[in-house]
Amino acid sequence: MKELLVISGKGGTGKTSIVGAFAVLSKNKVLADCDVDAADLHLLLKPTVRETTEFYGSKKAGLDEAKCTGCGDCIEACRFGAIVMGKGRIEIDPISCEGCAVCSHVCPQGAIVMQDNLSGHWFISDTPYGPLVHARLGVAEESSGKLVTRVRDEARSLAKSLELDLIIIDGPPGIGCPVIASISGVDLALIVTEPTVAGTHDMARALELARHFGVEVVVCINKYDLHEGKAQEIEQHCAAEGIQVAGKIPFDEGVVTALTRGMPVGARANDGASGWEEGKASKAIQELWARVSSRLN
Amino acid sequence: MIVAVASGKGGTGKTTIAVNLALTLEGTVPVELLDCDVEEPNAHLFLHPVLETSEKVTQPVPTVDESKCTHCGRCGEICAFHAIMALGSKVMTFPELCHGCGGCSRFCPTGAISEEPREIGVVESGHAGRIEFVQGRVNVGNPLAPPVVRAVKGRMAACPGKATIIDAPPGTSCPVVASVKDSDFCILVTEPTPFGVNDLLLAIDMVRELGVPFGVVINRSGIGDSNLVAYCRLEKIPILLEIPFDRRYAACYAGGGRLVEDFPELREAFRDLWRRVCVLAGVR
Repeated sequence: MKELLVISGKGGTGKTSIVGAFAVLSKNKVLADCDVDAADLHLLLKPTVRETTEFYGSKKAGLDEAKCTGCGDCIEACRFGAIVMGKGRIEIDPISCEGCAVCSHVCPQGAIVMQDNLSGHWFISDTPYGPLVHARLGVAEESSGKLVTRVRDEARSLAKSLELDLIIIDGPPGIGCPVIASISGVDLALIVTEPTVAGTHDMARALELARHFGVEVVVCINKYDLHEGKAQEIEQHCAAEGIQVAGKIPFDEGVVTALTRGMPVGARANDGASGWEEGKASKAIQELWARVSSRLN
Repeated sequence: MIVAVASGKGGTGKTTIAVNLALTLEGTVPVELLDCDVEEPNAHLFLHPVLETSEKVTQPVPTVDESKCTHCGRCGEICAFHAIMALGSKVMTFPELCHGCGGCSRFCPTGAISEEPREIGVVESGHAGRIEFVQGRVNVGNPLAPPVVRAVKGRMAACPGKATIIDAPPGTSCPVVASVKDSDFCILVTEPTPFGVNDLLLAIDMVRELGVPFGVVINRSGIGDSNLVAYCRLEKIPILLEIPFDRRYAACYAGGGRLVEDFPELREAFRDLWRRVCVLAGVR
């Protein structure tokens, strides 16, 4: 079984649009949306949810006011500023609480108990393009890395039980905890970048991350014709580092049209009134997929 | 006044809004810009600040004095993050999992554990023209962004009459919460596509949870559909500014240019944006 991860460093470079198009082009795969903060793949793939599971990724301190004497030992012990004295009573701010439990160990009255915290949900769904595992992190919740790991584990066991040989992962933006959870152990990472000063900068950070985890990388430049000079800079940078530029996708309003209709690029609308499936971006993505899939075999 | 610029989704134009707002206000009020997108700080690419200071951000992690350790395993029981554990006659630490709560050293019965600082990123500050500039950068491979965000905000020198603009990271989880928390107002940047609407709804939930008043800036208006505007009208969410999609703007941004300098019509629009933010935040 092979795992392909699509990441970008920067958000908004077109990861999800490309994963959506790959969903149309590829066969025998499981799709996984690991952007648990702002999952978008479901907007294109129109999943029918089959299973919903609650995700308890962390614990939070809870106060038993009947036992609390207001001594304040917990305030002094908390390094995250999550406990304050408000109007003579101890108050715990669940947003600042990191769940370390030091307060509960310190409390002489045993008034602080750690409680399981519902951090989000994950789903197994059917789509017209194959099964999809996705998730939704609760607002202002932590543990996004743990939820990503759960989504990947489920995608793997689903692929195993259905005897599918590929997992395509839509990765989160950035280089932090959720991306780290997404990248470990994948067979190939596709970095989607765009020809802007920020795109170039963030691609370099993503490359560094992939190198840190020993993951093989190819690059694709999305909307490359918005600034051909910057696109050339990216190509030179990749050439110097020995990294393959597996595709260059032109700016194409058909992509936004497809997106607005809630369809992946390359999909054929039932009413036949589309047109973007033959567009220049669609063609470029087909070539990209051919190169990426040959790297996976 | 502290104004955070956030968005559920990445790539909607947060940095563009934050940078151009700062440039518009420069010279009229004291301005500071804090780049809290510590995973991918980008504001410097447009502002070209002269950085004057650079400080390491560290976090305390445990170090074990084996001569005092009895391998009782208490530290491993205490640690909620599996960052330390006694395995037979050895204590292993996993600094990248450590949140720095100090539990292990506090509860070690033999005093064998002390804490030492581990570098997780840097905070840099300086000036870009008359704009005071601070940014954080988390080390690659380090999962802990919030402490670096808090270190950036620790450099904030907010005072009445000053405009503090925070460029927040994308998403709605811990680093974003750390960035937006305690702001007077939050500008949510989005675009009129189904992705934009989906992620805006998540961001709205977050700012409501934090109790920060907010309004929306629509970037690339003209693409996509009208669902976003209809939603904002229905929910009575103020639309503070709409920036039309224009290939010239996209090319300016791509090359690292500044919109309000190349396009005077946008400078006026950003002035308006600030006036509306001040009114909605209840400042003058």
